[in-house]
Amino acid sequence: MESRSGGFAWVPHLVLLIGAALVVFPIYVTFVASTLTPSEILAGPMTLLPGSHLVENYLAALTHGTAFISGQPVARLMANSLIVALVVAIGKIVISLLSAYAVVFFRFPGRMICFWMIFLTLMLPVEVRILPTYQITANLGMVDTYGGLTIPLIASATATLLFRQFFLTLPDELVEAAKLDGAGPMRFFVDTVLPLSATNMAALFVILFVYGWNQFLWPLLVTNSASMTTIVIGIKSMIGGGDSQTPWHIVMATTILAMLPPMAVVLLMQRWFVKGLVDSDK
Amino acid sequence: MQRRVVFDNRWLPYLLVGPQLIVTLVFFFWPAAEAIYFSVERQDPFGLSTEFVGLDNFVTILSDPGYLHSLGVTAVFSTSVTLLAMVPALLLAVMADRVVRGSRLYQTVLILPYAIAPAIAGVLWLFLFNPGVGVVAFALRRIGIDWNYLLNGDQALALVILAAAWKQISYNFLFFLAGLQAVPKSLIEAAAIDGAGPVRRFWTIILPLLSPTTFFLIVVNIVYAFFETFGVIHSVTGGGPSKATEILVYKVYYDGVVALDLGGSSAQSVILMLLVIALTAVQFKYVEARVHY
Repeated sequence: MESRSGGFAWVPHLVLLIGAALVVFPIYVTFVASTLTPSEILAGPMTLLPGSHLVENYLAALTHGTAFISGQPVARLMANSLIVALVVAIGKIVISLLSAYAVVFFRFPGRMICFWMIFLTLMLPVEVRILPTYQITANLGMVDTYGGLTIPLIASATATLLFRQFFLTLPDELVEAAKLDGAGPMRFFVDTVLPLSATNMAALFVILFVYGWNQFLWPLLVTNSASMTTIVIGIKSMIGGGDSQTPWHIVMATTILAMLPPMAVVLLMQRWFVKGLVDSDK
Repeated sequence: MQRRVVFDNRWLPYLLVGPQLIVTLVFFFWPAAEAIYFSVERQDPFGLSTEFVGLDNFVTILSDPGYLHSLGVTAVFSTSVTLLAMVPALLLAVMADRVVRGSRLYQTVLILPYAIAPAIAGVLWLFLFNPGVGVVAFALRRIGIDWNYLLNGDQALALVILAAAWKQISYNFLFFLAGLQAVPKSLIEAAAIDGAGPVRRFWTIILPLLSPTTFFLIVVNIVYAFFETFGVIHSVTGGGPSKATEILVYKVYYDGVVALDLGGSSAQSVILMLLVIALTAVQFKYVEARVHY
């Protein structure tokens, strides 16, 4: 079929090249700025070729940060973000696996109520219940703690629904065989269900790691001290007025640093992620 | 809804479902209930006493020109973001579906923005368009456009739309590409044998077959533009200049956290909740439609 348009085989490549270039352009310019000196950035317009201050700028950002974030080293904020992303991703996967397993493999009073309560949380993103969620977290003494940063984000209907969907496709013979062998529900969970769920867990891990790392509104509310905040919030504070006073070379180095971990996770696990994303959101 | 063969155990299922239920109750249902409660109460200026005011907060909001303005901004913003994130994504997906060599490489580059936080996407675009240092701002001024989004509301809105749409292209691209790859090749070949060119095949066969994906993505993109773009707005414009980019979610945050108007902010939260419920319902209708497709 492609032979009919064979003469124009270069058209898709051209469109894709232009598209990819436009998509990458903002990231590229940020990278270039992170290798320049402040005066080179303010040269108006700045050069589009990388400069020679890469190591210097990144080291300065990692160890000193800037005055706008009270001199907190960026390394500390990156560590906070990593903790938040890992706890949110792993926590969500664990509690969703357990609750989906309970709802699918057991029959117990209140089963459907549990399922619907979890399902309803789909409809209540943190953005629509900002103030009350903050108040409750504050009353529980969880402001400026890792618990406060992560636990309110951990309940997820999406992950539970995905695992439930997958568990429903497992053949009954598996359960019967396990019962014949005298395996209890937890043995069956560990020996059979967990290994079979590995692909789903990998895909969800990517999606949830990115989700956790990229949180903005919640960490903004629930942290007051500069040392507990995440890297995404830190960058926003660093920009300050956004004028020529802003230490753009450090801000841009920090921006690149803040993008690297989620990008690495997405790229390294691209195959599972792409399949899992398209399957899970359907 | 359930499996035929299940395990028998009196207490284990409650133990398993417990952690998620506790988190859900404490951080979802309790705050949602509080939002509804606060939305029908009014606090005195010192926060010492509250009185029941019925739907007064809602009446105040819905007749507040500021809120109606924010509603209008949100409508323009979410429509533009949805269009600008979906049309280029569809074009790129159609092209990626046609290339044989290098499609993996293109995909790798095009999914990069997915990994980037909305707030950081905002910073990237702010840096390009900043009147003082931005390379694009310089280029615009050179061709005679008086560019300063810090003063010009329309320009500010255009900038946050660009940044928000850019980030969402990856997601739409992946879904369109998956949808295109599911289109039966035999159908396309049959049309090609009948003499339909690539453009005609796209409009008469591929696009109609993609319509479930398209509807699904429209809902997802609207939800994204409504809620997840908070970071873009906060880092690029802070809702300004003079509220030109204040979308609904930003107003809930501003009125509640900055202006400390508990009743008004809660009433806005309740309105947003109703909106999400409606959008989710629409989404599930389409998911069902997809099954019958």
